[in-house]
Amino acid sequence: MAEYSAFSLLKNALSGNKDWKPAWRKPDPKASYDVIVIGGGGHGLSTAYYLAKEHGITNVAVLEKGWLGSGNVGRNTTAVRSNYLLPENTRFYEHSMKLWENLSHELNYNVMFSQRGCLNLAHTPAQLDDYARRGNAMRHLGVDAELMSLDQIKRLVPALDLSGSARFPVLGGLMQPRAGTARHDAVAWGYARGADRRGVDIIENCEVTGFLRDGGQITGVTTTRGEIRAKKVALAVAGSTGRVMQLAGISHMPIESHVLQAFVSESLKPVIDTVLTFGMGHFYISQSDKGGLVYGGDLDGYNSYAQRGSLPVVDEVMSEMLALFPGLARVRMLRSWGGVCDMTMDGSPIITAGPLPGMYLNCGWCYGGFKATPASGWCFAHTIAKDEPHEFNAPFTLDRFYRGLVIDDKGQGANPRLH
Amino acid sequence: MSPRRTETGGRIDRLRTIRFTFDGAAYTGHAGDTLASALLANGVTLFGRSFKYHRPRGLLAAGVEEPNALVTVLRGEVREPNVAATMVEIYDGLVAVSQNRMPSLAWDINAVNQLGGKILSAGFYYKTFMGPVFGPLKGTRFWMFCEHFIRRAAGLGKAGTAPDPARYERMNAFCDVLVVGSGPAGLMAAKAAADQGARVILADLEAHFGGSANWSGETIDGLPAADWAQRMVGQLEGNDNVRLLPRTTVWGYYDGNTLAALERVTDHKEVANKGEPRQRYWAIRAGTIVLATGSFERPLVFPGNDRPGVMLAHAAERYAVEYGVLPGQRIALLTNNDSAYRSAVALKKAGAAVVAIVDVRSDVTGDMRRLASEAEAELLTGHAVIATEGGKALSGLKVQRFDAVSGALSGDERSIHADCLLMSGGWSPTIHLASQAGAKAEWDPARQAFLPPKPTQHWIGAGAFTGSFSTTEAIAEGRAAGLQAAGGAASSALLPVVEAAPGDPDPAPVFEIKAKGKSFVDFQHDVTAEDVRLAHREGFVSVEHLKRYTTLGMATDQGKNSNVPGLAIMAEALGKPIPEVGKTRFRPPYTAVSIGSLAAERFGDLKPERLTPMHDWHLANGATMYSAGLWYRPMIYGHAGETVEQAYVREAKATRDSAGIVDVSTLGKIAVQGPDAAELLDRVYTNMFSTLALGKARYGLMLREDGLAFDDGTTWRLGEQDFLMTTTTANAGKVMQHLEYFLDVIWPELKVTVTSVTDEWAGAAIGGPNARAILAACVKGTAVDNATLPFMGIVYGEIAGVPVMICRLSFSGEMAFEVYSGAGYGTHVWEALIEAGKPFGLVTYGLEALGTMRIEKGHVTGAEIDGRTTARDLHLDWMLSKKKPFIGSAMMDREGLIASDRLQLVGLIALDNRPLNGGGHIVEELDEANPHGSLGHITACCYSPALGKYIALALVKGGKARHGTRAFVSDPLRNRFGPIEIVSNHFYDPDGSRMHG
Amino acid sequence: MLITCPYCGPRDVIEFTYQGDGNRERPQPASQNLDAWNAYVYDRLNPAGEHNEIWQHSGGCRAHLRVVRNTVTHEILSTEFARGGHKSAGHKAGVRS
Repeated sequence: MAEYSAFSLLKNALSGNKDWKPAWRKPDPKASYDVIVIGGGGHGLSTAYYLAKEHGITNVAVLEKGWLGSGNVGRNTTAVRSNYLLPENTRFYEHSMKLWENLSHELNYNVMFSQRGCLNLAHTPAQLDDYARRGNAMRHLGVDAELMSLDQIKRLVPALDLSGSARFPVLGGLMQPRAGTARHDAVAWGYARGADRRGVDIIENCEVTGFLRDGGQITGVTTTRGEIRAKKVALAVAGSTGRVMQLAGISHMPIESHVLQAFVSESLKPVIDTVLTFGMGHFYISQSDKGGLVYGGDLDGYNSYAQRGSLPVVDEVMSEMLALFPGLARVRMLRSWGGVCDMTMDGSPIITAGPLPGMYLNCGWCYGGFKATPASGWCFAHTIAKDEPHEFNAPFTLDRFYRGLVIDDKGQGANPRLH
Repeated sequence: MSPRRTETGGRIDRLRTIRFTFDGAAYTGHAGDTLASALLANGVTLFGRSFKYHRPRGLLAAGVEEPNALVTVLRGEVREPNVAATMVEIYDGLVAVSQNRMPSLAWDINAVNQLGGKILSAGFYYKTFMGPVFGPLKGTRFWMFCEHFIRRAAGLGKAGTAPDPARYERMNAFCDVLVVGSGPAGLMAAKAAADQGARVILADLEAHFGGSANWSGETIDGLPAADWAQRMVGQLEGNDNVRLLPRTTVWGYYDGNTLAALERVTDHKEVANKGEPRQRYWAIRAGTIVLATGSFERPLVFPGNDRPGVMLAHAAERYAVEYGVLPGQRIALLTNNDSAYRSAVALKKAGAAVVAIVDVRSDVTGDMRRLASEAEAELLTGHAVIATEGGKALSGLKVQRFDAVSGALSGDERSIHADCLLMSGGWSPTIHLASQAGAKAEWDPARQAFLPPKPTQHWIGAGAFTGSFSTTEAIAEGRAAGLQAAGGAASSALLPVVEAAPGDPDPAPVFEIKAKGKSFVDFQHDVTAEDVRLAHREGFVSVEHLKRYTTLGMATDQGKNSNVPGLAIMAEALGKPIPEVGKTRFRPPYTAVSIGSLAAERFGDLKPERLTPMHDWHLANGATMYSAGLWYRPMIYGHAGETVEQAYVREAKATRDSAGIVDVSTLGKIAVQGPDAAELLDRVYTNMFSTLALGKARYGLMLREDGLAFDDGTTWRLGEQDFLMTTTTANAGKVMQHLEYFLDVIWPELKVTVTSVTDEWAGAAIGGPNARAILAACVKGTAVDNATLPFMGIVYGEIAGVPVMICRLSFSGEMAFEVYSGAGYGTHVWEALIEAGKPFGLVTYGLEALGTMRIEKGHVTGAEIDGRTTARDLHLDWMLSKKKPFIGSAMMDREGLIASDRLQLVGLIALDNRPLNGGGHIVEELDEANPHGSLGHITACCYSPALGKYIALALVKGGKARHGTRAFVSDPLRNRFGPIEIVSNHFYDPDGSRMHG
Repeated sequence: MLITCPYCGPRDVIEFTYQGDGNRERPQPASQNLDAWNAYVYDRLNPAGEHNEIWQHSGGCRAHLRVVRNTVTHEILSTEFARGGHKSAGHKAGVRS
């Protein structure tokens, strides 16, 4: 398949763009594979890509029940950052960040990773100290972080209300300069194309309906497109984790599925040149290359598989937005949507072999899964290939809850809606 | 008379001239005009520039679906970008400017993008801009360099930065029947429901009720349809049980039949009336919704279909009939269905020359031929438009013979001179709200349209919304829906009689005329038919991939014009029927809604402020206030010229030397009462409370179910079955919910009532060696000596005539007392204490001094009980009773919670005698260039006047074992590095002799 | 979403606080069965469909309700006081307050 470049664009333009080939093949499923990855979202596709690239395992199928990337990889607010408090998370997300920084080249697909920074606004001296604690934690693991003064913030985001008369005046902020945004769909498409070019079969409209077993061993899946056998079956189905695990006979998981809404405004000329978060509520915003303000807030706060949000959260998010940007009251919200998040009991993910023989599990991304996409696939591929976790994902076990080894960045305990 | 204004007709008020400007040029229009109709009347054809190629664009539509004519409306410094000119009602002094052009609308430098046409095809940016793999532009730098310019070229209007002075209002409304849309179907539904006595709300996004009746030219019950509609509105207006909401867009259909609507209250006015908000946000809970939202006419896809002067047929009809404006003098039409013939007749009647009706169908009925003759138009059946001519305005078009089945063009090209080309590609029901409600649309091959799904919530459809495009059907369905919604029986009474032009509602399945040149599907986003086919070639074939890869349907019109044509072109490429490409699921909002309206009353007032009873006193006495959650608390009471540190050191020192007083009213307070109150406390606290003597208090610790520390505070036994629990300020609400949950869900058998009484009490803590003497000087009715009021004892008395409750407990480490009085008397008691303290040099102190004294004592707060620490981590394991189970007791000894390398509470002393910072980290080896090896972090720090040193509390790995060792503080964020000593967290008076006194 | 509080009537979701899976069973306080405790604290049924869950009417009477709600359609099938007692059907016909 052809490399993408300015040259190929020009060449194809001259032939009327008639010669472009599909970005990935649309094969029928084979009878068996070495590895089946369930879930054609960002994590499933990156897992397949790294299985092929890092471990030479190319006899791989990715099964997607709908259209590729139909889940959260195309529903998030596109922020990429590694500004976590706890070292287990920081190490993992920083590995992801490093993969992001070279991803467009690696995939020969411009995922538009733009390192425009992520600024967490602080509104009290105690919060500023709290952010300093997190920033220092990052710096002690070699991750970039700095405190920003009001003057620096004013220069970066002039539209912010920094008057000091706000209900929650801004005192400063924690900036991760290497953080930023990426084009979410392109990440799915780029990994799909990359995996496909290495021989992985990407099979859309193929819903898993059950698991094949030999004794206790998982040996494949039944699907709407027939039985498919595999030596290893890996799950990366995010918000559908509960449903798919139930097909495998596991009725309970340390996960609740919650709906998270996201919003985009009409296109505007550049007004916010970073990723920004509000400290006295839950609100985050950035501006896309097309000019839309992309923003969101808290979970709706109850179990849901509906991809549909509720009105009170809409009002809350907009109120918080205007608390920061009182000049944007006449800007209009153009579109809203919901994604189903697999919220764990400590807010951190699960990437592990098991819990059944022949099964591998990648889930619990809460609403932080997009930025994890490269490292999640990279670590999951390692775990599948080697049958043991990489040190980056070793803490993200399924049994950590029972053992009291939770990784609770927000300190909220077993209350998924608060993570 | 402006060049395109008709002599008569329309519902504009020709006696009222309105003056406004567009791009700085002065224009006039009439009351009742939209910005679009007024500019059109002035001969303006160029309204905007497209998103990607910056192509010149005119009006496509006359209503809410307009994709091209977006403007920014200015009110002084306040900007409202991206408003469709078709939805702006003009007022005197209106200032509107065009967008996305540089330097002017007529001459836009970015129009150079058109030269890159084929390179800038769908998805081109995914294939390039990756940049070099080495050198200074490696990594993401090259892309970010390019992105800088792309971002400036992209975007539509410019947002303002000046705060919007407008007010937005929120209304909650309840009704039996909400009717959305006020065309004939909606009016009939509202009337029928209202006649049944139901409470009805009728909403329409337009300024005038009537919908298609306002421009259809039909007759209803012998009246012109517009007059019939006004008569219906008049009848509804008189009903007490009907609320009419014009200019109100119902934009969201949420769970539980909750609908969100936006009313534009004063956007059309030069000056708002007193008290009027700019916009009103309605949350409407309705028993049943009648969806009578009508339908959209679809554009056709052919080369040059975006040239200014090419317009939807019904839009031209609306301009002519509603506004008395002709969009052209020589008008041609291109259609695949019968409805355009009526448009042709209407425009002819309004005074335009209709030069040709180009119909892609080879056979048209005699009725249509008669209408064509009535319009005096040449009828070209079996023809199609293959090109348009002109620059920034249409000058002509080319037609060719066309086979509607094969799509083949044949025969000679013929040029037709025209300044306006109208198109009609059939009609799509406006099913957005029904789709939002949860179900998928169904494709109707006859109508060539998606029809509404079966209801998943309580709504009933009527009229064109259901695919019933004739007014006769709309009237019948409207009445039936209204009756059904109101719970009335079906009616056999005669329906209003409609006289309408004939016409078949089913179009020919023609969406595109394939010929050379750019044919636009999504006008605003410049998505062409070729882009759709390119997406197909590259495998982006499902409806969502099509949208995401080409951005089709993602513009401000959200696919209202482009959705079905785009799907049709993809379906053809795939060789599949349209519904197999997929069905778009519409999401809120139906049209974009201002963020101000959604914030409503919370715009400028995000959260309530919680103030203690003594708040005003603090302000009047020099306090600098600190925002803590929703509360405001004194941070310091600074003297002139003092730094914060000097102030808190003075306050803390004076307290330890003599006495200090602090406002503790913010502490959470919960009355725990009932026969099982003590039992409940035994279960929720780690330590025992049933053994607590009457009139005594005890410090308690709570864990979460998972065994981690949750909250701490003292609880006072006021009676055998009556306890007053105090919590930290931050956790007051959480603890309350925790108790309520256990009482209601887990232990309903316990007879206990919990009541939040935080706001009932004012609290003052007075501490220091002279605290007791001060109390003795002002408290009546009780002694406060050691025998009467021992450590953790409680007494009742009176201060300045006000009953008070006093508990001798200490956070500062001094002999201290908490004095509680009714909140309303808080300041009174506070002032009496201050007065009594004067001879002793009593100081008021704030949170900083409070923090300083608690650090010196090594007490924990939320900085240490941070949701990740255990009782053992905080050296509170002495509080874990072994005599009883309590919440968290079963879980607290799991392996991860007892590991030896956990972060544990320690004290730190700065050995370089410089201030420490909260959030600084602790390392064994200092490496300023590459900090690493964090052992933990500082949770709280201060200058300790008692020790004469900078000290801190910290959570450090294996902390207890490190007492007496040296380490370093490493705080690269604030460039603070230096040696420290790790010590016990109990810096000061560890045996508590001062407070036990 | 509207939740019918048996005490207060149908009220908007904004008045309620979600307290999660109502199927969980808390072991007896003195139980030493750590697996049972862990399961109670950490494991969730999380069905796509009807879900038995606890809500607190925190912005109203503060009672805890046991609600059966469909997590796919958000339809509320029944509500009752979590401590037992009065049960009310869902508000299928919307509000008529």
